[in-house]
Amino acid sequence: MKAPVNVEIALTHIFTRKKQMLIAALGVTIGIALYIFSNSLMKGFTKYSRNEMFKTMPHIKVFKEDEISKPLLASANSQSLTVIRNPRMTTLSKSLVNPYALIKTIQQEKYVRNVTAQVNIDFFYSNGKTQLKGMGSGVNILEADAMFSIQSTLLAGSLQDLAHNQNAIVIGKGIAEKMNVGIDDNITVTSSRGVVKNMKIVGIFSTGNKSTDEQKAYLHTTAAQQLAKESANYATDIYVSVHNPDSSLVYAAKLQQIMPYKVEDWQTTNADILATDKIRMIMNNVVALAMMMVAAFGIYNILNMTISQKLNDIAILKAVGFSGKDIIKIFVTEALIMGVVGTLIGLGIGAILIEILSRVYIGKPIGYFPIYYNLNTFLVGGSFGLLVSLGAGYLPARKAASVDPVEIFRK
Amino acid sequence: MNNKKIILSTKNLTKYFHEPVKFKALDSVSFEVYAGEFLTLVGKSGSGKSTLLYCLSTMDTTYEGELFIDNQKVTNQKTDELAQLRGTSIGFVFQFHYLLPEFSCLKNVMIPALKLGKYSHEEIEAKAYQKLALLGLQDQALKPASKLSGGQQQRVSIARALINDPKIIMGDEPTGNLDSKNTEIVFNIFRELSQDLGQTIIAVTHDNDFAKASDRTIELADGQIISHRKVYE
Ligand SMILES: Nc1ncnc2c1ncn2[C@@H]1O[C@H](COP(=O)(O)OP(=O)(O)OP(=O)(O)O)[C@@H](O)[C@H]1O
Ligand SMILES: [Mg+2]
Repeated sequence: MKAPVNVEIALTHIFTRKKQMLIAALGVTIGIALYIFSNSLMKGFTKYSRNEMFKTMPHIKVFKEDEISKPLLASANSQSLTVIRNPRMTTLSKSLVNPYALIKTIQQEKYVRNVTAQVNIDFFYSNGKTQLKGMGSGVNILEADAMFSIQSTLLAGSLQDLAHNQNAIVIGKGIAEKMNVGIDDNITVTSSRGVVKNMKIVGIFSTGNKSTDEQKAYLHTTAAQQLAKESANYATDIYVSVHNPDSSLVYAAKLQQIMPYKVEDWQTTNADILATDKIRMIMNNVVALAMMMVAAFGIYNILNMTISQKLNDIAILKAVGFSGKDIIKIFVTEALIMGVVGTLIGLGIGAILIEILSRVYIGKPIGYFPIYYNLNTFLVGGSFGLLVSLGAGYLPARKAASVDPVEIFRK
Repeated sequence: MNNKKIILSTKNLTKYFHEPVKFKALDSVSFEVYAGEFLTLVGKSGSGKSTLLYCLSTMDTTYEGELFIDNQKVTNQKTDELAQLRGTSIGFVFQFHYLLPEFSCLKNVMIPALKLGKYSHEEIEAKAYQKLALLGLQDQALKPASKLSGGQQQRVSIARALINDPKIIMGDEPTGNLDSKNTEIVFNIFRELSQDLGQTIIAVTHDNDFAKASDRTIELADGQIISHRKVYE
């Protein structure tokens, strides 16, 4: 099958101006490669910092919200008075009633991956005279590990020991350094309820977050309950992880309907971080868009030049039966060919840059350079490149279509 | 010639140019052209021959009066319809040779037929060779159009005008750039086309012998027809 005559003419125009057309196409290449590359960098960075965040933060948290006394008691009828009082926090205990039954309920939801109860308490570490403020999480360490992959942050020791030993503790690296303690050393913990416990260090972790590493410790649930002077049915929070963290907002709303306590997703808790992410993404896209506009101008320019050199040809084509639409097709095809060539090379270069950078090893705790891409980035980049070329071709093509052959022939 | 069929006619065709001053280039031109007729247009330089031909060709649509081709009113048709009409029914030869310089002679001849899409690529190629041979150019077929002499280019553009077997062939001084030998070749081809194939020829010419040998000559002066010299009847 031979190409249609419009395409054949377009190809001839392109082959007789290979160099200029290639340069115009390379404009698109740069725009698209830049878009894909910077977009993937951004996504990689976001993904990395998300993962960092999810090392200590659950996707969804169930907890008892501080209650504020109602400031106003409305009058029941016109005869009685309205009482106004000073609003005050009325929370007596952070305890969830029957948390383990709630966990069973939550586990039934099919979007839920893991659920674990937390007994969070504030306490002081002490070793001889040194004292350090800290936060303890009483957890079933195996469940917590499934959620936060604590194992991967462990520098020394083992989580297994914490699962079996009620007097074991796993502490952050900063605590170990400040208190000058190591594996198998003892450390004294004093809770705000005045309970003192002597605990054995079985593990040391490092999350990469300084304040976490200088405060946090994992304890056995029972030990935490004892420090809080509470019963074995005590928990302060229920942590939930879901299969798709991006939909946490929706899942939290669903959970809220079946939970008697406050349900909060990470997106609500970190609205500020998400807003920054969004702004960064927009800025990135604006830069790529500006690049594409420059590329579009390149295509527009070369086509405009071709058309003003080819007024004679256009007049002849019109004289022998080509309609305005045919002329538009010819020049839009030229723009599209440049667009396709530029786009394909751009996609290739983008992919190569990503491939190279993703092999760069930065070292602990980051590891390989965080870069993330998906098919979508390439699809958006590609279709955008084609769309822009189409637009950049259409404007001069329409001008070509309106050439009056008689005016040309008279000259 | 009995039973004459009108293939093209004009009624009070009037054309003004507005730049630089308002100027009447054609003044109520009315005439009829018959199928298979070999018609020539003559007149002094500036008398309006080219202007009239562009109106007849359907490329110029800014005139007053009416134009009919093959019993259809062409005036006020849409530009796309006119392009289609040019592709199927009208072949052109321009005053100056107008070929697409980047294509071979063969391609130049083939392009109007490829656009029309009535025949396969192979059939069109064979036909194009045949038309080039008719004008003695079969050896030049694969050369780029820009590498030919002026007279050769002129003949290629005549071959191109013939490719779709149009009902009407129009030429603005089609032999203007040709020597007497080639002028004779072109004249004989036009003669054959009109006599044997029933194609209509409308040609502007300054060549008196050429005009005399045609079926009929219309003479223009200041945008008006001043004589119809009819050879037959
Ligand atoms: N685009 C134009 N704008 C203004 N006047 C024009 C234009 N084209 C032609 N004319 C005028 O119209 C008149 C007819 O021109 P035309 O080209 O039809 O003459 P012609 O008979 O073909 O002459 P020639 O034998 O020299 O080719 C001339 O007086 C010319 O100056
Ligand atoms: Mg003229």
